[in-house]
Formats: sequence, C-alpha cells, structure tokens
Amino acid sequence: MNAVLDNLDAYFKAFGYTIFLFLVAGVLSTLLGTVLVAMRVGPVAVLRGAAATYVTVVRNTPLVIMFAFFSFAAPIFGIQFKWLQVHVGTFDFTAFFGAAVVSLTLYTSAFVCEGLRAGVNAVPLGQVEAARAIGLPFGGVMSQVVLPQAFRAALPPLASVQIALIKNTSVAAVFGVAEATAQMRTFTNSFSSERFGIFVCFAIGYIVIVEAFSFLATRTERHWRVAL
Amino acid sequence: MTGAPLVVLDHVDKWFGDLHVLQDINLTVDRGEVVVVIGPSGSGKSTLCRAINRLEVIQQGSITLDGQPLPAEGKELANLRAEVGMVFQSFNLFAHKTILENVTLGPIKVRGIKKEAAETRARELLDRVGVGHQAAKYPAQLSGGQQQRVAIARALAMEPKVMLFDEPTSALDPEMISEVLEVMVDLAKRGMTMVVVTHEMGFARTAADRVVFMADGAIVEENTPDEFFTNPQSDRAKDFLGKILKH
Ligand SMILES: Nc1ncnc2c1ncn2[C@@H]1O[C@H](COP(=O)(O)OP(=O)(O)O)[C@@H](O)[C@H]1O
Ligand SMILES: [Mg+2]
Repeated sequence: MNAVLDNLDAYFKAFGYTIFLFLVAGVLSTLLGTVLVAMRVGPVAVLRGAAATYVTVVRNTPLVIMFAFFSFAAPIFGIQFKWLQVHVGTFDFTAFFGAAVVSLTLYTSAFVCEGLRAGVNAVPLGQVEAARAIGLPFGGVMSQVVLPQAFRAALPPLASVQIALIKNTSVAAVFGVAEATAQMRTFTNSFSSERFGIFVCFAIGYIVIVEAFSFLATRTERHWRVAL
Repeated sequence: MTGAPLVVLDHVDKWFGDLHVLQDINLTVDRGEVVVVIGPSGSGKSTLCRAINRLEVIQQGSITLDGQPLPAEGKELANLRAEVGMVFQSFNLFAHKTILENVTLGPIKVRGIKKEAAETRARELLDRVGVGHQAAKYPAQLSGGQQQRVAIARALAMEPKVMLFDEPTSALDPEMISEVLEVMVDLAKRGMTMVVVTHEMGFARTAADRVVFMADGAIVEENTPDEFFTNPQSDRAKDFLGKILKH
C-alpha cells in the first residue's frame, strides 16, 4: 500500500490518462457507432454492406491486434500520429496516445453500432411512419425520432460497451501510454514486496471509475424513463 | 361545396406477394371533399390510404396530388408527404418528445419555421383540439383520445392539402370516440379535404360528401352517405351493413 500512498501523484496522474483515454475514445466511438448504424439501416445498399463488413471485421479482431496495427504497422503506410503534441498541465498527449485513441475508438464503435442497432430494432415502426408522414427525409427520421429512441432503448447495453472500454484502456499500457496499468507495472517492479497492495489499489481505481460511470448511466436511464 | 380534383387514383393496382390488395382502384377526391372509406377488415382500406402518401408503393396505375404524380423517393417524396397529413389508428405520437414538440417538429425541421413561431402556432392548434393545457407532457401521460387529438394537431401544423385518417377511433375506448370525431367534424366544416377510413356512421352521415365501399381490394360501391346507408346496392354492402348495424 505504501508504495501507492507515498506516490499518490503518480497514481492519480496514471488514472488521469486512463480517464482521458476513456472520455475521448468514448465520445468518438459513440459518434462513429451512430454513423455506422445509420449506414447499416439506411437506404443505400453500398453503405449498408460497408458498415456490416466493418462491424464484422472489427468485432472479430482482438483489441491488441488493433493496437499493434496502429502502433507498428500503420506508420509504415504513413498513418502516424507524430503530429499529436498536446500538453495539458502535466499531461502529454503524443503519438502513443493518438494511436491508442484511434484503436480504442475503432474497436469500440463496432460494439456501439451493434448495441444501437438492437435499439433501432426496438423502435416501433409506427414511429418511423409518423416521422415520414410529416415529411422528414431519412436523415431527419433517424436524427429526430429513431436514434433518440434507440439510445434510450439501448442504454443498458451501450453502458456495458463503455464500461468494457474503460477496462480496455489498460491495453494501452503495452503500447507506450503511461496510464493506470502501465503505472501499476512500474510500481510492482520497484516495490516487488508490495505487489498485492498495489494490485488492490489499482483495482479500486478502476472500480471507482466504472461505478461512477454506471451511476450516471442509471440516472440517465431513470430520467429518460419518464417519457417512455 | 367541393372544387377541382386534388387526389386522383387512376387504375391503381398493388400486390403483397400473391395477394392482390388493390384492384384497379379509380378514385378522385376533390378539393374540400370528405370521403369516407368503409368495408370489411382486410379489404385494403389501410393500404389505399397509405398509398396516397406512398407509405405503400403501388405497382400499377398512377396517383397524383394536385396534378403532380407522387415522387418515387428522396427529398421530393418527403416534400410530398409534408403536404399530406396522416392520422394513424395507433396515434404514433413521438414517444420521446413532449406534446408541444410533437407538433412543432415538422414545422421546424421540414418547413424551416422559427421555433417561437412554430410554438405559437402549435399552441393555437392544441387549444383548438382541446389539449392546450397538456403541452408540456409526454404522450404516455395522455389518454388515447387526447393523444389522437394531438396527432391531428401535429398533422395540421404542416398545413396539409389533404388529411388521411386510418381508423382514427378504432383503438379508443368508447367514451373517447366522440371527442376525436368532434375535432374531425370541425375540420370538415372548415373545408379540409379528407379521406377517412372509419366505421363511424354518425361521422359519415354528418361530415362525409361521399362513402366509398371496399371489399376484397376493389371499390364495390360509391354513394352519398344517406343513399349508401339506407339503400346499399351491392350484396357485399348489404351484408356488411347488416353486420355492423346489428350491434
Ligand atoms: N405489409 C403487408 N404485407 C403483406 N400483406 C399485407 C401487408 N399489409 C396488409 N396486408 C394484407 O393486405 C390486405 C389488406 O390489408 P389492409 O389494407 O390493412 O386492410 P384493411 O385496412 O381494410 O383492414 C390484408 O389481407 C392484409 O393481411
Ligand atoms: Mg386497416
């Protein structure tokens, strides 16, 4: 325990990176997943096929391989994140962080898409017909009626997807991001006799983040239930 | 008084697989006219109604609105639908939006009207159908009759050329039917062009200019409400009226 308690700043900073990874990839994966689901249920066959293929490929690829691709293989093809040099306080967001965000976003977006698609299927056809009947085009039907209701219906599975993302940020440890799991390894290497306490401290950190997020999700769900 | 042709169905045919649901339908609805469509369940009344705003696609013949053929898809089709109000049996109010938002959505997003102006107009319409005090609630908090009146206000907010009603009172508890019919009668009096699928004979006699009787996907008989109800010509109509008059 003392290893962590004596280095609380390092502990919190590491979880700071974890939270940054989660927030940025969480928002981006939700946006991308929403675009994907609109493609999947849309009227254009080519887009439907492209989105379906994307989801199949990404869902069946281990996250570590996504990371490996964007960290090692993609730079060979000129896809790199060297341009990323953002410094906020003591946090440095560089190429490793960029590759991690892209990997996590692409990976998570496929699950967001599938969760949302279940939500879309739960929207009664009558809602869609009423939206069409007042003259909304496809984009308006989706953005004004179908997706808002799909998000409400799919909130529990979408929250699970984001909780998985929180834990998946730990993969970034292996690819140069100094987030919580990387910091944990630094601690266990330096204070090998305190391994157990260190594990407990980091487990607690993840639990607190996941619980805080679950709390927000549950509150949102309760708030939305009024209307439905 | 009715005017020039507004909705014209010309030799319309539609199939669901092998089922010939609309068989050589010819129907002209004039501006300001109220046409009641009546007939046994499964005779194609809903399909006919839905074909007029292309929620169902026909395979043969043509449908024109104000002289223009219905566009096949895209922006033009959306624009056409904005001109045609539709009221469904199951109301279909947008469940996640307030009553006021249900009525302003089309004007704001489709017509591009400013929010304040759309809300003012929406409140007028909600007052007119008697649910003005419910504006801030959600659909699930209203009774069926209230929801259906909101649905009518939502359609009217688009200032449609014609209103389609597909059994608007069939899902309602008996005590709520008249409050919806009153709104519809008022609408008819104001000169709205209406196509109404309903078995409410009171409404047909009060408000309709013409009754169209359908059976097995075809128009079997057309007449004034009085003539149709007191003196049906076809056996199908006699049989049908005998059944609905018994209870
Ligand atoms: N989407 C559909 N697919 C297949 N058959 C349908 C569909 N909609 C309606 N039908 C069939 O078409 C016939 C006419 O239906 P409908 O227009 O709803 O009749 P009505 O409104 O007069 O009761 C019925 O036999 C019905 O089962
Ligand atoms: Mg019907």
